[in-house]
Amino acid sequence: MSNIAVADAAAPSTAAQPFMTRLGAGFVSRLVIIVPYLWLLFFFLVPFIIVFKISLSQTAIAMPPYTPVLDFRDGISGFFAGFRDLNFDNYVWLTQDALYFRAYLTSVVIAAISTVLTLLVGYPIAYGMARAPATIRPTLLMLVILPFWTSFLIRVYAWIGILKPEGLLNQLLLSLHIVNQPLVILNTYTAIFIGIVYSYLPFMVLPLYSSLEKMDYSLIEAAKDLGCPPTAAFWKITFPLSLPGVIAGCLLVFIPAVGEFVIPDLLGGSQTLMIGKTLWNEFFANRDWPVSSAVAVILLLLLIVPIVLFQQAQARAQEQDK
Amino acid sequence: MKSLGSIRRDFVPWNDPNAKPYIQFDKVTKKFGDFTAVNNLSLTIFEREFFALLGASGCGKSTLLRMLAGFEEPTAGRILLDGQDLRGIPPYRRPVNMMFQSYALFPHMTVENNIAFGLKQEGMPKPDIEKRVADMLKLVKLEQFAKRKPHQLSGGQRQRVALARSVAKRPKVLLLDEPLGALDKKLREETQFELMDLQQELGLTFVVVTHDQEEAMTMADRIAIMDKGEVMQVATPAEVYEAPTSRFVAHFVGNVNMFEGKVAEQSANTTRITGPSGAQIVVENGGAAATADADIVFAIRPEKIRVSSKKPADAVNALEGEVYDIAYLGDMTVYHVRLDDGQIVRASALNAARVTEDPLTWNDRAWVSFRPDAGVVLAR
Repeated sequence: MSNIAVADAAAPSTAAQPFMTRLGAGFVSRLVIIVPYLWLLFFFLVPFIIVFKISLSQTAIAMPPYTPVLDFRDGISGFFAGFRDLNFDNYVWLTQDALYFRAYLTSVVIAAISTVLTLLVGYPIAYGMARAPATIRPTLLMLVILPFWTSFLIRVYAWIGILKPEGLLNQLLLSLHIVNQPLVILNTYTAIFIGIVYSYLPFMVLPLYSSLEKMDYSLIEAAKDLGCPPTAAFWKITFPLSLPGVIAGCLLVFIPAVGEFVIPDLLGGSQTLMIGKTLWNEFFANRDWPVSSAVAVILLLLLIVPIVLFQQAQARAQEQDK
Repeated sequence: MKSLGSIRRDFVPWNDPNAKPYIQFDKVTKKFGDFTAVNNLSLTIFEREFFALLGASGCGKSTLLRMLAGFEEPTAGRILLDGQDLRGIPPYRRPVNMMFQSYALFPHMTVENNIAFGLKQEGMPKPDIEKRVADMLKLVKLEQFAKRKPHQLSGGQRQRVALARSVAKRPKVLLLDEPLGALDKKLREETQFELMDLQQELGLTFVVVTHDQEEAMTMADRIAIMDKGEVMQVATPAEVYEAPTSRFVAHFVGNVNMFEGKVAEQSANTTRITGPSGAQIVVENGGAAATADADIVFAIRPEKIRVSSKKPADAVNALEGEVYDIAYLGDMTVYHVRLDDGQIVRASALNAARVTEDPLTWNDRAWVSFRPDAGVVLAR
């Protein structure tokens, strides 16, 4: 209602403008809104519907490797006749083989642990950056983004060189006589954690930094002034106020980490079970497009929960800024 | 019971040689790198005093306040509170509280939680906290806003929450950093009187930092005028205005006319001063005792100068010139008179009557006159 009132109030001033200008301004602003919707429609919704349709199909030794193929070779009626062959068998199959459930669960647990680790590593970094002199902050910010200038794949490969039994880390530890035998890190879950924390750290640091940086330092002084020692002041003031950044950072790490494929594949070895790897195996090793599509659809549903939480948190933060 | 006004009238501990100072800055220096913010400064403040630190930005007044609060440590010198050296005591253990210029209200807490914050830190029992918070809300007249968040309040309301939060712990000293800086003029004037009443009611020592001389003059028992990290003068508002001890103070507080000259003749009570153009004025000795032939300035406030079209018969000091500018302000009129030696004199006349009997207008010949005791002699 308030929007209408505002529009009415503004009407007398716009009435004086030439008609075409007003039409143009309205059209442009509407176009600006339409563009992202079109983008989402063509590059997210349409592919998703295709994947969803494949997940309801049956595997076939053919090209494409599933039936029915919905097309118009038999006319409109043939197109609709194909719908009768679609069913949820693949989803039922996912519940029957414990492998999928375990893969989902492991992925969520690994992603959750990695997110907490990334938060523990990222928070002090972001805090240090936010408290650094204003003149060097842009440099620090650039250093955080710097790894993006190298290919993600190459950076993960580099970790193989560091973590493998005869790698740089073990050479260092052996030469310093900290360990007598090389540590087995590569091809374990530890390596996956290291890989995820390393790769996703900037996604944690940047939102944390932006929420910590705009915080008024006099709030901490006020807390101390009122009898609060520094540690307590951190937990009572700094941390609650950085919560929007914490939530944003955690979701930015958690969501892609659940579906992560490259890091578990390269650093986790063949023993580790994650849903991204399972998906890849179904697609490329088994060539079972319908089952892998079902895996992908379930993964998406699994991730929608944190995404919705994220959006709610953002809406709340915006509400507070008003 | 004594009225608040009579308490205030009798409150002059700085004239009592036996009075014990409450806050003592003892040769305090604070350096930030090469920059000296506070330079070898000594100052005493008494219990229950409303003390103002007045100065332009960068004069070191805020640094002084922050050292008292414990956010900065002096580079040299001592700060004593009630006889105790404050060195090394962190801000959270000092019996002083500060009201911040930005108010620094915790945005994620309600008004009552903001006020209760310091009390919870003390470990005060919950029923006592509730009672104290209710008292504070009543004191600042915000009872119905207890559950609001700071961003849902107006500027004036936020200021009162900040005030309530900083006095809730009953500190020995309340430090106020530009407490009214963010308020508009009308609200600021009202709040000045509220602050004074509050200080009397709670019996606290207030140290307020301000760059607004009117604010300092209205509220404070004594004012310290600061410049470049040093105290130029500490005195009551009336003394600062009527008897400044330096050109800086005379210039900084209010408007002033300065006559430069040499001491021509010195007698027991009066000094005769010769200006550069030979014009002579006679002033009563006060403040700086000038020696013969010394270069001095005579400082006189505009409202102590009379402007008239004819030379007043009884005037000891009268100088002739021409009306150069007139500003009619309603309650008073400000004249700028260009003397015959070129100096411009600012004189203000109260418009006590609706019709002036001796109207002066632009370019009229005019006389400016003043009594020998109307100004002070200062070193050049």
